[in-house]
Amino acid sequence: MTGRAWVFGDDIDTDALAPGRYMKYAVDEIAKHCLEAIDPAFAAAVRPGDVVVGGRNFGLGSSREQAAAALRHLGVAALVAESFAGLFHRNALNLGLPALACADAKRIRPGDELRVDPQAGRIENRTTGETLACEPVPGFLLEMVRDGGLLPHLEKKLARRKGTT
Amino acid sequence: MALTLAQKLVARAAGRDAVAPGEIVTCRVDLAMMHDSGGPRRVKPMLEQLGAKVWDPAKVVVVTDHYLPATDADSRRIVEIARDWVKAAGVERFYDGEGICHVVLPERGHLRPGMFAVGGDSHSPTGGAFGAYMFGIGATEMLGVLVTGEIWLKVPHTIVIELEGALGDGLSAKDVMLFLIGRFGMDGGEYQAVEFRGAAVRGMPMQERMTLANMTAELGGQAGLVAPDATTRDYLGAAGVGEAELDVVQFERWQSDPEAPVLAHHRFDAGALAPQVAAPDSPANAAAAADHGDVRIDIAYIGACTGAKLADLRMAARVLEGRRAASGVRLMVAPASLRDQELARREGTLGVLLDAGAELLPIACGACAGYGANRLAENTVAISTTARNFKGRMGAPSSRVYLASPYTVAASAAAGRICDPREFLASRGPR
Ligand code: SF4
Repeated sequence: MTGRAWVFGDDIDTDALAPGRYMKYAVDEIAKHCLEAIDPAFAAAVRPGDVVVGGRNFGLGSSREQAAAALRHLGVAALVAESFAGLFHRNALNLGLPALACADAKRIRPGDELRVDPQAGRIENRTTGETLACEPVPGFLLEMVRDGGLLPHLEKKLARRKGTT
Repeated sequence: MALTLAQKLVARAAGRDAVAPGEIVTCRVDLAMMHDSGGPRRVKPMLEQLGAKVWDPAKVVVVTDHYLPATDADSRRIVEIARDWVKAAGVERFYDGEGICHVVLPERGHLRPGMFAVGGDSHSPTGGAFGAYMFGIGATEMLGVLVTGEIWLKVPHTIVIELEGALGDGLSAKDVMLFLIGRFGMDGGEYQAVEFRGAAVRGMPMQERMTLANMTAELGGQAGLVAPDATTRDYLGAAGVGEAELDVVQFERWQSDPEAPVLAHHRFDAGALAPQVAAPDSPANAAAAADHGDVRIDIAYIGACTGAKLADLRMAARVLEGRRAASGVRLMVAPASLRDQELARREGTLGVLLDAGAELLPIACGACAGYGANRLAENTVAISTTARNFKGRMGAPSSRVYLASPYTVAASAAAGRICDPREFLASRGPR
């Protein structure tokens, strides 16, 4: 997958990604306000296929998975960060959103054209020509992400189980 | 093989004799907790899509706390879904408006040493105060648990925080956590297990240990653990867990082996700790209360699972007895559970707070989550016993929230500015 980079700093929290006051609404409404406290233009300007890049501890805070769902709803194809908050990382993968930890994430500039390969654990920066290595994601989680997240993954498994009985 | 408490808990849930940090294992879940926000309203449609049923309704607990009181149609609908769903799913352990989930579960005796539990809320590590392995997950992962009764886990390393000595008067678990978060950062826990040990921890009542474990979330740990002891046993007994049930818990088993390797072992002298305050917009901006300079406040908020349990209300009352909130300061108290509110009322603690000019707010997450009424207005400055002060969490992005212990919030309410509560306790003689 190839997309433009949106670059944010350290400690992007779940209240910034999915603000509390909109939590009673469905994800399409929450998504309109995604990151508005930090960059009010983001939600309207981000395009399908874009990549969101963060610094340290991306997604810290709440368990609300709307934080990851809002990004996915906006068409964000992958997340790259120096490190992720553990709970957010699980949520992103469960929602089928590849989230790759990359020690060199800070080398990425806004607007860089990135090719993200979760399988190989690699990011090619087409703008700078650099290749950045990512921490590997365990195979069973990659398989779940490929299925589109835990829900479709379970659906597939349950169907298979039914098929064999 | 020498094992940490975390390893023992995970090994048991994985059906193994031992597990090593870093291994990925599948664990059987003993208890799954959900609240109205991340629970039924999110998992119900997904369960329907799968045509699946809850693996074991007796292992599920549901609490309404985030959208109460329901002030509009959307909130009412969310709470209604929870009420209907528990009936349809056969979940009997449902607590509707009885308090914040992390406080209600322990007070009903649902969390016990040796358990492996998940919660649909980031402060689920609170369960670790009871020597249970408990952590927070999102709604989709909760769906997975509800369907299979299982969850994967990367076996955690253990980071030991040892608090030697005893906390001084006017100091609490909240100060300990703010200090640690300031010192190690919000990712200092590395999504591993943080185990609290030492004389100061042993000396803490359960609700204080719950604050330690709860705020392990802000420290970035997956779980926050305190090995069970006589204090744990007494609390569970008082919560209605019978002797026979307590006997099967095996309190001696749920302790780290002394020689078990750990990732890090940090020792602190609890007696040297000063009251901590975290400046906006991060709990990691913690420093001694006295070091924040002259900060005038508009609001003093005593609420949340981290800051309005009976133990917390008592701390605030000790400071406010015979005092009033400074003029221009709005003092709000939202007790963490109905039971704690009633106990506080009966013993006079609540009366002291009301006499000090406190407004009593409904028992719920309230302003902490920033979901409903009482959101902070533009440019207000608040000091709060809650766990998080991210920009805009409790209201307008221009509002500024300082985090502190109930002692410090109460003292600041009386002074009208952030201050060290020990000045207020000094004149009152020994505890
Ligand atoms: S009181 Fe605050 S921290 Fe506790 S569960 Fe509710 S929203 Fe979360």
